[in-house]
Amino acid sequence: MKILVPVKRVIDYNVKPRVKADGTGVDLANVKMSMNPFDEIAVEEAIRLREKGAATEIVAISIGVAKAQETLRTALAMGADRAILIQTDDEVEPLGVAKLLAKVVEEEQPGLIILGKQAIDDDSNQTGQMLAALLGRPQGTFASKVGVEGDSVSVTREVDGGLETVKLSLPAIVTTDLRLNEPRYASLPNIMKAKSKPLAQKTPADYGVDITPRLETLKVVEPPKRSAGIKVADVDELVAKLKAMGVAA
Amino acid sequence: MKTLVWVEHEAGALKDATLAVVTAAAKLGEVHLLVAGKDVGGVAEQAAKIAGVGKVHVADDASLEHGLAENVAPLIVELMGHHDAFLAPATSHGKNIAPRVAALLDVMQISDILSVESEDTFTRPTYAGNAIATVKSKDAKKVITVRGTAFEKAATEGGSGTIETVGGAADAGTSTFVGAEIAKLERPELTSAKIIVSGGRALKDGPTFESTIYPLADKLGAAVGASRAAVDAGYVPNDYQVGQTGKIVAPEVYVAVGISGAIQHLAGMKDSKTIIAINKDEDAPIFQVADIGLVGDLFKIVPELTEKL
Repeated sequence: MKILVPVKRVIDYNVKPRVKADGTGVDLANVKMSMNPFDEIAVEEAIRLREKGAATEIVAISIGVAKAQETLRTALAMGADRAILIQTDDEVEPLGVAKLLAKVVEEEQPGLIILGKQAIDDDSNQTGQMLAALLGRPQGTFASKVGVEGDSVSVTREVDGGLETVKLSLPAIVTTDLRLNEPRYASLPNIMKAKSKPLAQKTPADYGVDITPRLETLKVVEPPKRSAGIKVADVDELVAKLKAMGVAA
Repeated sequence: MKTLVWVEHEAGALKDATLAVVTAAAKLGEVHLLVAGKDVGGVAEQAAKIAGVGKVHVADDASLEHGLAENVAPLIVELMGHHDAFLAPATSHGKNIAPRVAALLDVMQISDILSVESEDTFTRPTYAGNAIATVKSKDAKKVITVRGTAFEKAATEGGSGTIETVGGAADAGTSTFVGAEIAKLERPELTSAKIIVSGGRALKDGPTFESTIYPLADKLGAAVGASRAAVDAGYVPNDYQVGQTGKIVAPEVYVAVGISGAIQHLAGMKDSKTIIAINKDEDAPIFQVADIGLVGDLFKIVPELTEKL
């Protein structure tokens, strides 16, 4: 079985994003970019499934600027077999991404598609579900455990009250939650090897998909700042504050 | 505009998250509800009493029992033939279903809205809440998930909605529910609690977390939360997690104990009315957002605080 893993190049999760003064967006110039953390977990899970013999080939795919190649090389260094970059300088919304991925799925016919549950830049949490809808296939979102059993996959999902397990017939779409696994680091020899793995270059036009944005961002602002707080010296003072707030009797 | 609101329910009871969505939907127009599930007559009656509700569509079918997106989404898509907007709470259920509906309708979803600016314009957080975007939708129909803490809850009494049965969707046959492991909560639910006491990695281990945080939470009648570090370290189950990747909360009072205040954690709690931080590191980022800070050893401070309350 082939596994397709979409990965996104996003601002590094340790960087505090700065909103541009003109309100057009977040300043990404000269900011460290990395693979979206949930996508690292997706790549790792695909590799583990191959190591267990449940998968034969792992294809990583990214949609975005030329530099997204670096993100794909990271996936290849972790263990993906080959990569596809659909290059565009335009911003592609989750619906557009899902439509492009649906075309790639038609071509590649993977048995399983593993995505991150959300990208830490737009925080949409949509692409996996949308892809599943477009393909008419089942979805196992927010997965914390994945097991392939013959022609189905069992997915334990993180839901608000705890955990829930569903069984999906393959091909299926799975989106990863944080606790699914601990992604491995790429070793130096593997990083070197990844440079010679195949990376196909495409454009959205190759797939004949309309990816015109449906949402227009009118402005982006910083969230309201909290006013500076105070420090109290000891527990008695804290208790007094709590009492004054009516929290404690 | 006619809106359709997904009613989240569990064990025959309406979940609070729905009430905030009704408030958001009312800003767009006429509010209709959808109650889908198995044996949901009681829930439908509760739903019809929510203030401001018009029609309550009820789909009662075994295939809808566990809210599987594959079975629920086609039903919603059908109802969207005569509605202009679909709204769901930004809970794990809502986030699972809504994008599937959006793609089937060929529209972009607007996730986790904080406000309704007009019929087609909304604000939403991005970059872990570090940037608030105002977005305008060009789609004819809107699919929206709503951040529960950003809207007042609609009153659960005073409404007189009319209940109407709609066809239960057929089972898509591609997914089955196997089972659930729901954590038992003896305390208030995290997302609707007025007071939350949260612990971080500094709590050392599960038993220490329990013996330190729980008594304080019980004294305050508070829900218990945790940072990702505490969850990853196995002190508490993952549904305790507050943050960008966990639950978003905005209680009256949030007490952060032994939590440094990483960006991802702040994303889940910085809209709390009052934030109290207890941490031994006076340079911890949590103190930059805390209204009241106390620097010191939590293992001395928390028991003393519990004692004196």
